[in-house]
Amino acid sequence: MIDPSLAALSDNLFSVAVVLYSLAVVAFCAELAFGNWPARSRELVAVGAGAPTVVQPGALDGPPAESPGARRLGGVAMALTVLGGVAHAAVLVTRGMAADRLPWGNMYEFATAVVLVAVVAYTVLALRAPVLRHIGAFVLGPVVLAMVLIGLFLYASAGPLVAALRSWWLGVHVTTAILGFGIFFVSGIASVLYLLRSRYEQKAAAGLAPSSSLLARLPSAAALDRTAHRTAVFGFPIWTFAVIAGAIWAESAWGRFWGWDPKETWAFIAWVVYAAYLHARTTAGWRGRPSAWVNVVGLAVMVFNLLYVNMVSTGLHSYAGVN
Amino acid sequence: MRRVGGRLLRWWRQLTAMRTALILLFLLAVAAIPGSLLPQRSLSQSNVTRYFADHPTLAPVLDKLYLFGVFSSPWFAAIYLLLFISLIGCVLPRAAEHARNLLSSPPAAPRHLQQLPESTELTASLPPVAALDVVEEELRVKRFRVVRREGRAGPELSAEKGYLRETGNLLFHLSLLALLLGLAGGKLWGYEGSILVTEGGGFCNSFQQYDTYSAGPLVSQSDLTPLCVDLTDFRAEYEANGTAASFTADLDYGLAGAAMRATTIGVNHPLRVDGDRVYVTGHGFSPSFTVVLPDGRSFDDVSAPFLPTETATMASEGALKLPDLGAGATDQLALQGFFAPTGLLQGSVLVSTDPRPLNPQVAIFVYRGYLGLDSGLPQSVYSLDQTQIDRDQLTKVGTANLSVGESTTLDDGTVVTFSGLKEFAALQLSHDPGQGWVLAAAISLLVGLLGMLLVRRERVFARVGPAPDGGGTVLSIGSLTRGSADTAPRFTALTDQVRTALADRNRTSAPDAAAPSARGGAPEKEIPSS
Ligand code: HEM
Repeated sequence: MIDPSLAALSDNLFSVAVVLYSLAVVAFCAELAFGNWPARSRELVAVGAGAPTVVQPGALDGPPAESPGARRLGGVAMALTVLGGVAHAAVLVTRGMAADRLPWGNMYEFATAVVLVAVVAYTVLALRAPVLRHIGAFVLGPVVLAMVLIGLFLYASAGPLVAALRSWWLGVHVTTAILGFGIFFVSGIASVLYLLRSRYEQKAAAGLAPSSSLLARLPSAAALDRTAHRTAVFGFPIWTFAVIAGAIWAESAWGRFWGWDPKETWAFIAWVVYAAYLHARTTAGWRGRPSAWVNVVGLAVMVFNLLYVNMVSTGLHSYAGVN
Repeated sequence: MRRVGGRLLRWWRQLTAMRTALILLFLLAVAAIPGSLLPQRSLSQSNVTRYFADHPTLAPVLDKLYLFGVFSSPWFAAIYLLLFISLIGCVLPRAAEHARNLLSSPPAAPRHLQQLPESTELTASLPPVAALDVVEEELRVKRFRVVRREGRAGPELSAEKGYLRETGNLLFHLSLLALLLGLAGGKLWGYEGSILVTEGGGFCNSFQQYDTYSAGPLVSQSDLTPLCVDLTDFRAEYEANGTAASFTADLDYGLAGAAMRATTIGVNHPLRVDGDRVYVTGHGFSPSFTVVLPDGRSFDDVSAPFLPTETATMASEGALKLPDLGAGATDQLALQGFFAPTGLLQGSVLVSTDPRPLNPQVAIFVYRGYLGLDSGLPQSVYSLDQTQIDRDQLTKVGTANLSVGESTTLDDGTVVTFSGLKEFAALQLSHDPGQGWVLAAAISLLVGLLGMLLVRRERVFARVGPAPDGGGTVLSIGSLTRGSADTAPRFTALTDQVRTALADRNRTSAPDAAAPSARGGAPEKEIPSS
């Protein structure tokens, strides 16, 4: 049933993807380090001091002047990211072909797919709004880390699905969960960067921030916050759908649509936290940094749900395939 | 009296404020956490029992706090009830206001358009009213609802679109309420029962027959549909590497006294009849034994389900009790042991190496004496009562490892033969009248969510006045958008279009620029449109 040569190809592609992503991180870092940014911080101070809370469209949206060399490095980094993404997608495709099924039947495959969605989401964002390219190192860095950890600790060789997963709902429920998770991943990183960058902007407004700081080269806090919010808005209905689809599947697989199984409980907690994030953004006193923290907590909950609930607690969702 | 009323009103306002909802949402998330970290009775009573044994001092304290039944605890209920009261309190007034908004025209333009998030000023050589006509036309093409009024500072225009956003928002929040009601209904009127059925056996839907059941407070025995189910065959199939591929059960089912129908159910494929569903939730083996007493009396092929202790190899444990050995017999007989579908002796220890019954073997202890079944204390059917053994009421009279067909002879000449095996299925019958409601509520929740998140509500205001130098018109436009962050480019696009249209109109109407425009006669009249 399992095609061993395809399975081996998939495993090799995994390493190829990690190498390409690592090179992309290097290129992104080089872009941040070697780009020269004339007048950057002075302008920031001026804008920040004049109107600390008002968003001035365009003015703060990103590094204004970048040397051609740096821009070329950025282009190389994006190209490496896309190549890595292609290899990464091929990991899953070959795995699916090797086992003749959807390639997200265990935790290794699920986590690999989540990271792929995060990379694709970042790439789409960066192509649509080039200023967001500058968060590349901060997205691809965690991506490389996640891939290495997945390869080391979650790896499971290609195999058939257990009976419970042989359902059409695997395609619906798990696919949407992967999409939602991958998008929240990017959203959470944007919020972390927003938290760093907004503190930097406050300092810059007071004239206390060094212009050489790496943070000077990130997109503006407003742009990061907006990115975090829009990705979360995109991910939330998908996650909602994934939870509903999971409940429908549970009804036919386990005899009840909701039973507070640990995985269900944490999916619910994540849903509530993201709903709270969307609310916080429109609640007086919660805008800005507090709401960004809520988004970060949301991502932490998602990661906890993947790792802790699959590996430590026991429940009906124990298909991890990790021993 | 008035003071009390005032205080109540203040509490109500606070409860229904968005900030309160936010905090309650957080509380709900935090409250769910212990439910996933501590064993829960609703999931596994035996895990809770083990926890009590491992933490004898802590467990009773946690139990007092309902931490082994978080999701049915009063404090969890308190949080979600408060949240939903808060939800009602904020959704109903909003729904009323939204209905009013839908029926009335867009709100009047704010005094200072420059203070809106997006605003700009254009100059035109058209007369004021004609310039406003141009704006109105552009907005109508974009499917805005437009109304014109005569404001204090001159003719003005208000336009709005994206009402679906608020409709979606209300639908979403109301669906949450419906969802809770569906859940509650299911809890009150639903029940489920589980039973192990060996091939050839069956059960009817009644609480007396189930091994375990749970039922909502409003369920009475007479509400149960008289459904009967017989298990004719059970099959477990495996991949070459031992992964379970499918479990299927062939059933005959029907209402008591009516004709039976055949069907096949399996993992992910329950039997659904009129609000009742029957599931296969597990399976295992029932080894059968033939016992021949010294006097020749024989008990042929008596079997009992052995519960799997390891799903990967289906190694199982169980007990077979023979309380009635016939007239005149005072002693009772029982055997307790271990079953391996594919047995392998490691030294003298029997282990199982495969979930398929390739080489079934049992390792049994045989006991004789008094089982204590009529002592009044409940006893598990899957094991012997250890206290009877400890008190020497039951004595071990033999031990043996047997393959199918092999026998062992006891001290008194009784012969016990491992005669074969059958498969059993763990079946569960569930009844939840709320789940259709919950599904409908979940779908409308999702629809509402999409409307709320994807539609943006835009308001555009415009006002015209004569230019200060007397030549032409100054047109101020401002917009206020809820929902999307990228308002600047959209606003720029709108103003660019208006600017182009003004220029076009200027060229075509230049010869008679002085003539009053069609609408110019009655600018104070409101012209709502849909
Ligand atoms: C007292 C209770 C509640 C009030 C007063 C309330 C109020 C609101 C309001 C005014 C909005 C609109 C925000 C906007 O249009 O930008 C909103 C959006 C939303 N509500 Fe609620 N809500 C409540 C409870 C809940 C609950 C219990 C949930 C889910 C667990 C929830 C989930 C959402 C979501 C996901 C949004 C979308 C936010 C967005 O537009 O970006 N709400 N709520």
